[in-house]
Amino acid sequence: MTLRRDFTGISKLRHYLQVLAFTLVVATIQYAFMPEKPYGPPVVYSVLIGTFTWAIIDLGRELVPSAAETGWPQGWQGIALVAAGIVVGYLAGTRLADALCVYYFHFYPADASLSGADTRTSILITAIAGLVGSYYFYAIHKSAYLEDKMDEARMHASEARLKLLETQLEPHMLFNTLANLRVLIGTDPLRAQEMLDRMIGYLRATLSASRSTQHPLENEFDRLRDYLELMAVRMGPRLAYTLDLPDALRGVPVPPLLLQPLVENAIRHGLEPQVEGGHITVRASTQPSDAGPQLVLEVSDTGAGLPATLPTPGPGQSFGLAQARERLATLHGSAGTLHLIARNEGGTSATVTFPLKSSPNP
Amino acid sequence: MNSPAPRALIAEDEPLLAAALQQELARAWPDLQVVAIVGDGLSAVRQALALQPDVLFFDIRMPGQSGLDAAVELADAWPTDGPTSRPFPALVFVTAYDQYAVQAFEAQAVDYLLKPVQAARLQKTVQKLQLALASKAPAAIDLEATMAQLRHLLVAPGVAAPAPANAPAAAPSVPAASAPLTLIQASSGTQIHMVPVSDVLYFEAADKYVRVLTAAREYLIRTPLKDLIGQLDTQEFWQIHRSTLVRASCITTVSRDEAGKLHLELAGRPEKLPVSRLYAHLFKAM
Repeated sequence: MTLRRDFTGISKLRHYLQVLAFTLVVATIQYAFMPEKPYGPPVVYSVLIGTFTWAIIDLGRELVPSAAETGWPQGWQGIALVAAGIVVGYLAGTRLADALCVYYFHFYPADASLSGADTRTSILITAIAGLVGSYYFYAIHKSAYLEDKMDEARMHASEARLKLLETQLEPHMLFNTLANLRVLIGTDPLRAQEMLDRMIGYLRATLSASRSTQHPLENEFDRLRDYLELMAVRMGPRLAYTLDLPDALRGVPVPPLLLQPLVENAIRHGLEPQVEGGHITVRASTQPSDAGPQLVLEVSDTGAGLPATLPTPGPGQSFGLAQARERLATLHGSAGTLHLIARNEGGTSATVTFPLKSSPNP
Repeated sequence: MNSPAPRALIAEDEPLLAAALQQELARAWPDLQVVAIVGDGLSAVRQALALQPDVLFFDIRMPGQSGLDAAVELADAWPTDGPTSRPFPALVFVTAYDQYAVQAFEAQAVDYLLKPVQAARLQKTVQKLQLALASKAPAAIDLEATMAQLRHLLVAPGVAAPAPANAPAAAPSVPAASAPLTLIQASSGTQIHMVPVSDVLYFEAADKYVRVLTAAREYLIRTPLKDLIGQLDTQEFWQIHRSTLVRASCITTVSRDEAGKLHLELAGRPEKLPVSRLYAHLFKAM
């Protein structure tokens, strides 16, 4: 990915043309205030002063290291450059313009007629015009930079989304499931259809999970059943499971697929490494607390258990947990917790707890 | 042809897929006799040693141990001399989706199948296998070539560890090349012992722990050997076995027993350490 960058020569030329247009505007305004004087001289002065000022500031900032954000030297260097540009631009521009005016217009600015007041006016005009011009270029460069940054951020965001999707869909799981389906189509079409239905449910839930903010706990358990049924076809007798959802809790709103990564972890790190497989239990219950009743969701397995050291937060290893934690924190702040413990009888248990009442309704 | 029918072993933890592979093989290679189907990496080694088939189909992700680890263990334990020894079987890995693994297999010219297994692809594999079986090289050469392939696969990202499923696709996870470890912190009871790495003679994986042995005593740490390898200077410590890392400068003698296995003796330790066949290439007289 490349940030938008103009070819420097072209961009300098464009800056200069903008400066020229600006100096003409300044000269025209001056003329409008003093229509009794000729239009020529203010144009010459304005253009020459503008040219010198532009040359010093725009070319000068190539010599000093500039901030990427604005294209201007940082701190005092930027200010000094603008000040130098204005002062030198004024002096050099005025000197050259004096000479030209005498030659072409027979206009003698050094006359006694040019009072100190006029000098002060033209210094003021130069200073204001120089500052306005500098600020203009500073601002457009900065906004172009910010636009680039936003494009970049947008690109990162979509990459991250893609990554998340890939994780949620887990290609390994997908292709193994397809391989099983391919077999079943030949040997047991009815079971194949049933498996396909489970897979459709699983895919639909996974793909739309990021779009809806809450769904009833009942739906969450249905999605878990889809996933566990898929895995049961694949793992055969090595996977057994229990889903325990009291009727009273069916309608409780929960973030979609909150438990999915926990169940996936239980299978992947708990049951899959174990030759004899194991049992997964997902249970919903409530418990009282100081801040009112809490919803407790527990995913426990009889699998291989936690390693002696938790997996180093390397790629993929604790992604599911991190994701679930993050979503809990976003929805419930510190009131939502996720605990992962090694069970005494072997295996692992993950418990999610959050306030029953305060959860925002969809 | 009076040569006996070729025999195969399938190691695949998903029962439907194992049965399907057997059926597809029956179509693609009617002569092949599938002598066993096992569902985990431990039985795979046991059955392969017991049955000594000609072809192995090993799933990569299996309970017990991975297909790759099973192949390494099998290669280490495969009998090479004696009247009963047979050539090391032709190895075919089977995997559902592992972009890194596939890259590694390609690089090492190791045969592999992608699930779902498709008839045309299987046909090609079968032809290669038939060719290989027909021109059977002496067992020792075969084993040597397989060892070299397995050694490379063991260090290829994504094969030995299935971790990179979620790693950034562009940058496969490589342990950061940070400064090598200089101090081992081993807890015993309420104390933590600070053991300079320069005192350590060897590391040995034991169940969930790693034993750290100095000339004077032994410590236990919980850091897996896999992680230690990444943090140690590989010039200083050599891996000689799946579970052993040895300080190279302490090795005094290497001897070969009747069965052809190598053993190391260390200055400062009484015990002899077995060298896996996989790493036997490290020890050659100059």
